[in-house]
Amino acid sequence: MSIRSLTAVQLGKKIQAGEVTVREAVEASLAQIDSVESEVHSYVTICREEALKRADQVQKMIDAGELTGPLAGVPVAIKDNMCTEGVLTTCSSKILGNFVPTFTAEAVKCLEEAGAVILGKTNMDEFAMGSTTETSYYGVTKNPWNTAHVPGGSSGGSCAAVAAEECFCALGSDTGGSIRQPSAFCGVVGMKPTYGTVSRYGLIAYGSSLDQIGPVAKDVTDCAAILETIAAHDEKDSTSIGRDSYDFTSALVEDVKGMKIGIPRDYFGEGLDPEVKEAILKAVKVLEEKGAVVEEFDLSLVEYAIPAYYVIASAEASSNLSRFDGVKYGYRTAEYEGLHNMYKKSRSEGFGPEVKRRIMLGSFVLSSGYYDAYYLKALRTKALIKKAFDRAFEKYDMIIGPAAPTTAPELGKSLSDPMKMYLSDVYTVSVNLAGLPGISIPVGRDSKGLPIGMQMIGDCYQEKKLLQAAYTYEQTGSYVRPELAEAAEKGGR
Amino acid sequence: MAKQYETVIGLEVHVELATKTKIFCGCSTAFGGAPNTHTCPVCTGMPGSLPVLNKQVVEYAAAIGLATNCEITQVCKFDRKNYFYPDNPQNYQISQLYLPIARNGYVEIEVGEQKKKIRIHEMHMEEDAGKLVHDEWDDTSLVDYNRSGVPLVEIVSEPDMRSADEVMAYLEKLRLIIQYLGASDCKLQEGSMRADVNLSVREVGASEFGTRTEMKNLNSFKAIARAIDGERQRQIDLIEAGRAVVQETRRWDDNKESSHAMRSKEDAQDYRYFPEPDLVPIVISDEWIAEIKARQPEFRTEKLERYNRAFDIPRYDAEIITNSKKMADIFEATTAICGKPKKVANWLMVETLRLLKERGQEPEDICFAPEHLAKLIELTEAGTINSSVAKEVFEKIFDENVDPEKYVEEKGLKIVQDDGALEEVLKKVIADNPQAVADYKGGKEKALGALVGQTMKAMKGKANPGAVNKKLREMLA
Amino acid sequence: MANKISDETIEYVGILAKLELSEEEKLAARSDMERMLDYIDTLNELDTEGIEPMSHVFPVNNVFREDVVTNGDGSKDTLKNAPLQKEQCFKVPKTIG
Repeated sequence: MSIRSLTAVQLGKKIQAGEVTVREAVEASLAQIDSVESEVHSYVTICREEALKRADQVQKMIDAGELTGPLAGVPVAIKDNMCTEGVLTTCSSKILGNFVPTFTAEAVKCLEEAGAVILGKTNMDEFAMGSTTETSYYGVTKNPWNTAHVPGGSSGGSCAAVAAEECFCALGSDTGGSIRQPSAFCGVVGMKPTYGTVSRYGLIAYGSSLDQIGPVAKDVTDCAAILETIAAHDEKDSTSIGRDSYDFTSALVEDVKGMKIGIPRDYFGEGLDPEVKEAILKAVKVLEEKGAVVEEFDLSLVEYAIPAYYVIASAEASSNLSRFDGVKYGYRTAEYEGLHNMYKKSRSEGFGPEVKRRIMLGSFVLSSGYYDAYYLKALRTKALIKKAFDRAFEKYDMIIGPAAPTTAPELGKSLSDPMKMYLSDVYTVSVNLAGLPGISIPVGRDSKGLPIGMQMIGDCYQEKKLLQAAYTYEQTGSYVRPELAEAAEKGGR
Repeated sequence: MAKQYETVIGLEVHVELATKTKIFCGCSTAFGGAPNTHTCPVCTGMPGSLPVLNKQVVEYAAAIGLATNCEITQVCKFDRKNYFYPDNPQNYQISQLYLPIARNGYVEIEVGEQKKKIRIHEMHMEEDAGKLVHDEWDDTSLVDYNRSGVPLVEIVSEPDMRSADEVMAYLEKLRLIIQYLGASDCKLQEGSMRADVNLSVREVGASEFGTRTEMKNLNSFKAIARAIDGERQRQIDLIEAGRAVVQETRRWDDNKESSHAMRSKEDAQDYRYFPEPDLVPIVISDEWIAEIKARQPEFRTEKLERYNRAFDIPRYDAEIITNSKKMADIFEATTAICGKPKKVANWLMVETLRLLKERGQEPEDICFAPEHLAKLIELTEAGTINSSVAKEVFEKIFDENVDPEKYVEEKGLKIVQDDGALEEVLKKVIADNPQAVADYKGGKEKALGALVGQTMKAMKGKANPGAVNKKLREMLA
Repeated sequence: MANKISDETIEYVGILAKLELSEEEKLAARSDMERMLDYIDTLNELDTEGIEPMSHVFPVNNVFREDVVTNGDGSKDTLKNAPLQKEQCFKVPKTIG
């Protein structure tokens, strides 16, 4: 097995054992980047020199016994909406095309302190607005399993990079499914933790009440190790929550006996691709065979999650993105007459169509006379959705459903009809509205060879239950990730 | 007969709180400093930064709310007010609209013999904006974010005032309350207290309010008074000419003594308020309110009464001294040390006020230590220095907070107690002024004064005039 | 289509959001917004009478910092990305006095 095919935790062990050096690991990642990046395009920025330099520093610390954690020396990728001191951070937007932060996001800092080596910044939908990574100003990312398809989004670059073995694991962010959906499309494990578990300090905000950073990994073990590294109470983020325990890796136990799993009928109705449905129900069956108690139920309100989500996310985005104005950082238009013209031209030239669309919608729903009808109505709907989940979690340990209605769509097929794209978020957005943890794990592939992801949703703070069930499923070997090259061959790359 | 008009005024008063740090970050609120030195990612709206609320801001705001008889909103929240302007780095201001920290209060003012309640509609916490300086050289504006994020409370009154005098009395009352709380130094000139005036006029006896305008950029009490008069007249002129008053925001130009509308197509004044998602609600428990109440100081009215009871000083002096928290604090601290309230009051009423006026300062600027004034009083009382030297030393204390004992010692300003030295000087004075000596001996008492003066001059003021007088009489007897 | 967005509304929202749309973009923005609002209007099917609007999901409150200065001179970092600067300030087109 080549170095790049190891999982992060496997690599970490080999590095600790002295079987692989950090430099070798970084070089393996860089070599893979060199070989596939022209086709996949996972990265906006690659930190080649910095990564090699850092590799040697980390190696010294490992040799000195100062770094002993599972991620010490592991090459990682960071979604380009997390600030990295001294490294370009663009949010895949023209408006931040030259922005070099002066501080590092807290979650990234946690990874660095654990000895991870940052390889670069990954591509995404502009300001995380989109489900395909096609709204990036820096070009589209392609699905490593079939480059005629999208990787999903908005964390498409992070998920593609992990799938294409251009890094060992990555950080993504999830506002309405932006980790879980591309993880499903790319056949990797991605988790959105409970709101407040990972600090948002340094994450360039899209929808502040919904945004959460989370791991993108090759398997459940890596996912738990990354979460354990980045989850912490942070005084710099007022919405960060101090939790009783952060030892997520202790949940890596093969046991689902008596675990109650709810299958929402409303997640398996019209609009769900039959192949996706079949694969997920098959995976649920596996858990049932391992002793879980599975029951169908009606979650309710599913159809209202998307409209509520788009009102809240767009409203917050319209305000969060108003700071990009050509005054303090980022793009300023070349020619302008007066202040307001400078604002308008810089922003109109700096933002792409999808971002403008959401800023317009968000500004409208907050404007005088519409606030109650749209914004407050959406916040009331959010309260009802939270209640529906609360009711479900009185009965079930977790809810299982798809992460997306289909497998990854073909490139260029989604953006022409934004409404349709929004509708594909149906299974993921309510989790953000309710602040819950959700994980997507690969459970199969469709007839085209594209990965299918299963989403498991837990009650707040119940990440460990999700990890335990996901790990148990993974250990059964019911679905084994094929070698990328072989799959790509089959996909007709 | 000409119509009679009544002016209806409501005030929005902004007060900068006296915290050490900004409302949402650990940057200093100190005045001055080179541009953008007191800044960080939070107060400059850097992508990815997040606000964390300064607890002291809540304490001060709640204390002001309680002292102005407001109801405290025990679950209050911050909202975002969205508008684009370069002094506002995020292009939204974190403020409070839906659940402000305090509501439904009042303060009592006195104008002449009349007492009146001015109701407070609400009071909220918010962040201040940065500073814009116009650069004449290339006709641009320069932005400095040192003030960005300095905590403010905005106190919104009901339209209960009817004259500039009432407005002044209301502002004075607020200033005293807030200064006594130590929540702000309330300096209008430095902008730590600012007021926007909402004003309308109506015919006397009318039951409906007229259309109001909001006047901004009022930098002094005088400017406020002038702006009220100017705007009242402008609105009356419009009405008399049969034209309508337009509801708008106007900017006062105190040099021109006129205002102009701040209208622009680009200022829609639609602030799209919504709850600030980056901050969590503030819950102010009954216990917390009780703690804040327990810390409340003695306010001016009570202090004035106590002074009249406890100290034998004129009521007028007590009024002047208690009109400034700083002055009252110095009075009390100095009196506690030297036990001579009358002397202390004298120094404050005469020399201190004179120097403040000369230096163009306010009582809040006083920076000398009470210990030093107390020592000065003791030195004078003990006859160690005479009164003209004392004034000179006080000026040093006032300007540089010197220790009077050391200063007097170093400069050799003590009254000379050595009789031998005095006798030498007196002998010389007597020898040099035979005419005056003759006059005195001839019964002209006045001539003695001239001799005392000559002696004091020769002694460079370091003699006790009483002692000189006595000795002279002895020698000439 | 129940919602009709006028040109004036698009113009007005453009002023609020400081976005200047081309004629083509305006047309698209109108139809996008109309479709989205129609869709959002499905929320009206829900009875939310008496439901408290939920802005924060978790009942966390009173997160404070102490009033202690922790930051020093930040001017260098603050101005690092400035598109235009002068005399240690951000330089912008003249603001109306």
